[in-house]
Amino acid sequence: MTTLTIREALRDAMAEEMRRDEKVFVMGEEVAEYQGAYKVTQGLLQEFGAKRVIDTPITEHGFAGLAVGAAFRGLRPVVEFMTFNFAMQAIDHIINSAAKTLYMSGGQMGCPIVFRGPNGAASRVGAQHSQCYAAWYSHCPGLKVIAPYSAADAKGLLKAAIRDPNPVVFLENELIYGQSFDVPDGDDHILPIGKAAIAREGKDVTITAYSIMVGKALKAAEILAEQGIDAEVIDLRTIRPMDTETIIESVKKTNRIVATEEGWGQSGVASEISTVVQEQAFDYLDAPVTRVSAKDVPLPYAANLEKLALPQPEDIVKAVKSVCYK
Amino acid sequence: MTTQDKFLNQSKEQLLNLYEQMLLIRRFEEKSGQLYGMGKIAGFCHLYIGQEAVVIGVQSQLDQDKDTVITAYRDHGHMLACGMDPGGVLAELMGREGGFSKGKGGSMHMFSVEKRFYGGHGIVGAQVPIGTGLAFAHKYEGDGGLSAAYMGDGAANQGQVYEAFNMASLWKLPVLYIIENNQYAMGTSTERHSASDKFYLRGEPFGITGEAVDGMDIFEVQKAAQRATKHIREGKGPYLLEIETYRYKGHSMSDPAKYRDKEEVDAYRKDNDPIINLKRDLLHSDKFDEDDFKPIEDRIKEQVKKAVEFSEASPEPDASELYTDVLVESK
Repeated sequence: MTTLTIREALRDAMAEEMRRDEKVFVMGEEVAEYQGAYKVTQGLLQEFGAKRVIDTPITEHGFAGLAVGAAFRGLRPVVEFMTFNFAMQAIDHIINSAAKTLYMSGGQMGCPIVFRGPNGAASRVGAQHSQCYAAWYSHCPGLKVIAPYSAADAKGLLKAAIRDPNPVVFLENELIYGQSFDVPDGDDHILPIGKAAIAREGKDVTITAYSIMVGKALKAAEILAEQGIDAEVIDLRTIRPMDTETIIESVKKTNRIVATEEGWGQSGVASEISTVVQEQAFDYLDAPVTRVSAKDVPLPYAANLEKLALPQPEDIVKAVKSVCYK
Repeated sequence: MTTQDKFLNQSKEQLLNLYEQMLLIRRFEEKSGQLYGMGKIAGFCHLYIGQEAVVIGVQSQLDQDKDTVITAYRDHGHMLACGMDPGGVLAELMGREGGFSKGKGGSMHMFSVEKRFYGGHGIVGAQVPIGTGLAFAHKYEGDGGLSAAYMGDGAANQGQVYEAFNMASLWKLPVLYIIENNQYAMGTSTERHSASDKFYLRGEPFGITGEAVDGMDIFEVQKAAQRATKHIREGKGPYLLEIETYRYKGHSMSDPAKYRDKEEVDAYRKDNDPIINLKRDLLHSDKFDEDDFKPIEDRIKEQVKKAVEFSEASPEPDASELYTDVLVESK
């Protein structure tokens, strides 16, 4: 094991896959000479050169489409969006061009591509730079959607995403790029896409979370433990395909679930989990499925309002206590 | 100019082949229109009638073993020009298992990796960055190929087209942009949708050489495409052809085209039809006579008939196909 930040783990994943496969290349704004707007691509230009680490103009719609074309020809682009907020400019290519072509071509032409970058709120950057897109992309067949929390998962899943023959949306989080975790050594640490992990075992209630919310859920679980409630935290890791089996098994054990996410509640990931649980584990539930999500407003700038708008560990604690009737 | 010069020194066989390919598109599209009227083809169906010289002229200058082709949704002609089997194309239009996309794509979404045809795209302009990406791959792999990316005059107003032009020129990508100016973006004429209708100048700010071409004269298209492909293959980056043409039918089968006069359409049909123009030019030279054309008509009639028979005999896709091809199964 080596202690790495998420930022380093992501960089190592790309570098290892680029060493392994000449067809893998990285493109995006400031990924080469600037070394990445958030330094995730640090050192890649120096090792792989300008042919494979490509600074693009600020032209998300255009370079996303260009990368899709390259993938249609069998190259394996890793497209970095400086943030997924900017990928809204490119969402037509992600969904209409990348996700649907395999089906529309009767299985003839796939699109092996990774769209990655920070997703969700950062810190005090206002409404247009602070949105979670997990629910948006997870709505669409033909895509895989990954949103890891730990550095080990970030590395293992990004490597899996780059090797995957399908389009993958890989959602990172700027606020935790600098957090350190133990990561297995070697370049063969690859994790299966579509498998959740039990981040903390518990017997009284299930909390689901992904990305930065896993940290908040674990914090909530600590607070709850002090109050005598033993929470199980599931790190979804992949949003599509969702590992519903792990969720259902946990609910069968705990009989209560709080589904959390940083995005808005309506039509969100937690709504999906709520539906799956009531469809598949209705008889096991001792309390209504409860969601914790962002408040239903564009994200405000003021520090106090921003904190109020985003789901906090305290909100999770409150929701858990309500489903435990405590 | 001698006739040989006008004909770009092509052999009699090559010249008749141009005629045959254009006529195949014409007859195929006429049949598609009929089948649509009979309810055997549904949804959107955009016919290429009137524009045949564009794709056949450009394709004649491509290297079929190296180059790649992409276009939007008025795509049947491009598929046939790439050598895709008319039966497979028609079966797809009819939503049958024997179609190029097993019936799951339809008129606007067909592909053939084997014939190097990359679609078939339904979002106006989206094929332009994708086609630029095909060119990126040609350069990355160093395979010597170029990408021919077709769009209409309507698509030429999409922002992503200029994002693509910028990157293609910046990175000297081997891409030939072809604007098929058929005078109408759906029902809106060029003078109503474009502040400047000199589409061949649209690449100029990015340093992309462009030229306007008469798309009703296949030899003019061939000559321009020859200049363009030479430029691109010399590593000088993208090239833009605005090929002026005309679509005889409505935008799609549901469009009665009331935004233009019947006289306007008739003027093209009678006096400036690309297939009639070619035949006339060939007959003016002493190497051709009417007898050269009759067997072509017969062959095409037979080919289209066979395509219909194949499509009619092909079943609808099995219900189990509903859930296949969503994702490539990982090994």
